[in-house]
Amino acid sequence: MKRRHLLIAAAAGLGLLTSAGAYAQQTVKIGLILPMTGPFASTGRQIEGLTKLYMAQNGNMVAGKKVELIVKDDTGVADVTKRIAQELVVNEKVSVLAGFGLTPLALATAPIATQAKVPMIVMAAATSIITEQSPYIVRTGFTLPQVTAPLAEWAPKNGIKKVVTLVTDYGPGHDAEKAFKEGFTKGGGQVLAELRVPLQNPEFAPFLQRAKDARPDALFVFVPSGAGSAVMKQFAERDLAKDGIRLIATGDVLDDDILNGMGDVALGVVSSHHYSAAHNSPENKALVEAFKKSNNMRPNFHGVGGWDGMHLIYQALKKTNGDADGTKLLDAMKGQSWTSPRGPVMIDPETRDIVQNVFIRKVEKVNGELFNVEFATVEKVKDPVKAAKK
Amino acid sequence: MSALLTYFRPDTRTASGALLAPARWQPLEILFWLFAVSLFWLAPSKVLLLNEIAILALFALSLDLILGYAGIVSLGHGAFFGLGAYVAGLLGKHGLHDPVAGLLISGGVAALLGFVTSFLVLRGSDLTKLMVTLGVALILRELANKFSTITGGADGLTGVTMGPVLGLFEFDIFGKTAYAYSLAVLFILFYIARRLVNSPYGLLLRAIKGNSLRAGAMGVPTSLRLVIIYTIAAGYAGIAGALLAQTSQFVSLDVLDFHRSADVLLVLVLGGSGQLWGAVVGAIAFKIMYDFLAAITPQYWQFWVGLVLVLIVLLGKGGILGFYGAGRDWLANRLGKGGVR
Repeated sequence: MKRRHLLIAAAAGLGLLTSAGAYAQQTVKIGLILPMTGPFASTGRQIEGLTKLYMAQNGNMVAGKKVELIVKDDTGVADVTKRIAQELVVNEKVSVLAGFGLTPLALATAPIATQAKVPMIVMAAATSIITEQSPYIVRTGFTLPQVTAPLAEWAPKNGIKKVVTLVTDYGPGHDAEKAFKEGFTKGGGQVLAELRVPLQNPEFAPFLQRAKDARPDALFVFVPSGAGSAVMKQFAERDLAKDGIRLIATGDVLDDDILNGMGDVALGVVSSHHYSAAHNSPENKALVEAFKKSNNMRPNFHGVGGWDGMHLIYQALKKTNGDADGTKLLDAMKGQSWTSPRGPVMIDPETRDIVQNVFIRKVEKVNGELFNVEFATVEKVKDPVKAAKK
Repeated sequence: MSALLTYFRPDTRTASGALLAPARWQPLEILFWLFAVSLFWLAPSKVLLLNEIAILALFALSLDLILGYAGIVSLGHGAFFGLGAYVAGLLGKHGLHDPVAGLLISGGVAALLGFVTSFLVLRGSDLTKLMVTLGVALILRELANKFSTITGGADGLTGVTMGPVLGLFEFDIFGKTAYAYSLAVLFILFYIARRLVNSPYGLLLRAIKGNSLRAGAMGVPTSLRLVIIYTIAAGYAGIAGALLAQTSQFVSLDVLDFHRSADVLLVLVLGGSGQLWGAVVGAIAFKIMYDFLAAITPQYWQFWVGLVLVLIVLLGKGGILGFYGAGRDWLANRLGKGGVR
């Protein structure tokens, strides 16, 4: 047929794709794979912004090597993440893979890290099991059980005896639900109902109605970063507060990225998390100010995971004197400790998970803006799931 | 020499010649496949992307069979893709590590679902078909989400292990085996589809697409014909999904997402429907455009993709192949030859 001749043009286009694999030994490449578009784009924007800010502040030369950051958008789709990771390892010869906005994305990529012997820094995805999927995974974000357990302990001591839990129906949600129930019942509390909402296009209204009908003292919520506004809005519209139902949550719900836009309904909500933009330390104040200047945003907890991920890579490179061999870098990362904007942190050499302080916070107005103000600290929290396995 | 010429260009003045002409392989087609194979050596760093292109092309081919040839509009073709992916993933996880066997079983299961749902889909008008196909896909997605003990739910199915293809070729991190495997499957299924659409059965399908009432009046059992092609297309889509699951050794809920069905429709519109090659050309253009634009601007590439798609659909009838045809006719007129066949 006559139209088929076009194929030559298409085929020629393919030929143009062959990329030059030229790569200098003096450069250390970091492949940063993030959801830059789609429903989880805010995570990508935060991490990209803060990793670049870190490099702008600390320079791109470490131990005589030039650090180059390659940012790729995986649109939050697991097979794309995996393919990009594979391409980065094979074509770009990256020394470190980093990013990973959601649990399935990290799980899909884990075999690549093992096969290629390249450290994989998980900056955002927060299901406990992730670090067990490959000995090359290191986490600089947090795990859901890690930040949930302190709240589960706090609640029964503060007049909350009956709770309904509401979580997003995927790995981190299940982790949060389980960790909360364990800690809360241990402290003498009672979980009346465990509700799960779908990850995609969640509709909270019917679930909140069911929670209301159960008449608990408080509703415990976990939803991923970005979905919190919808929960707050529905919580206010359904008048749960009028029935004396308090809202307690993991900090994901009161994400600093969107908190100020939630309005006064969020005032007084208690949550637990490892980072708040209102954290009172000189490191954090400098970071918040610099990020406001460069990106006109508040750093959020995912962004700080990115910041610390870059710091960890820099530290490891310094320790190996610029040797970018995957296994050596990995060993250099284990046991590193430093003062992050969120407080003192450490990479547990055994689990490769982050050990950090977790704060109990309450939403308050500071200088006309809403912030999670920390009022209690639980120090050096390890991921409780892995701690219990030992 | 002249025998060769009559092979490629049968005498279209006779009825048999006119029917045979489109069935003949053109030199350019053969060249295309040779080129696809040569990319192993020409573009070894891009085989991972090429693998995805081959899979998407197969998926689009499957949609072309029902949309381009039989006129069945579908917004839920991803259901079969996803089902194939999950079947292949689960087989790989629970003991059957042979890729080819897994592929055949996945295709079979998807075809079975296609057969069962075809009776629902073939009722009613185009709009009803859109809704029913969409509904089937949504139901499947929710099932995969709910039965998370089997499918891994929103976390995805991990632990899929694949043995070597035909017992010889291990899947490697460079994606070479993956591309060879997908390309071979695409070629075989393309060949079969090509035979199919140029057979009397294929001509009947086009008659039904043109006017199903009239085709029925001529004695064509329209429903039965459509059931058959829908089943075959579902099997094709299932095999495409299985290829994705086997080559990435991971399955997530995303394979059943609406955007898969929408993307494949876009690919077909982009390439040109109803001509098989449209699916292949569309897949190539679609993936390369995505990859190229996303590399330049990871944050705003979707804007450019949208713009290009709108322009192509507005300017060209029949997608990229339509552009090509129009350009050719224009050139032929300018040269005063009249249309070149």
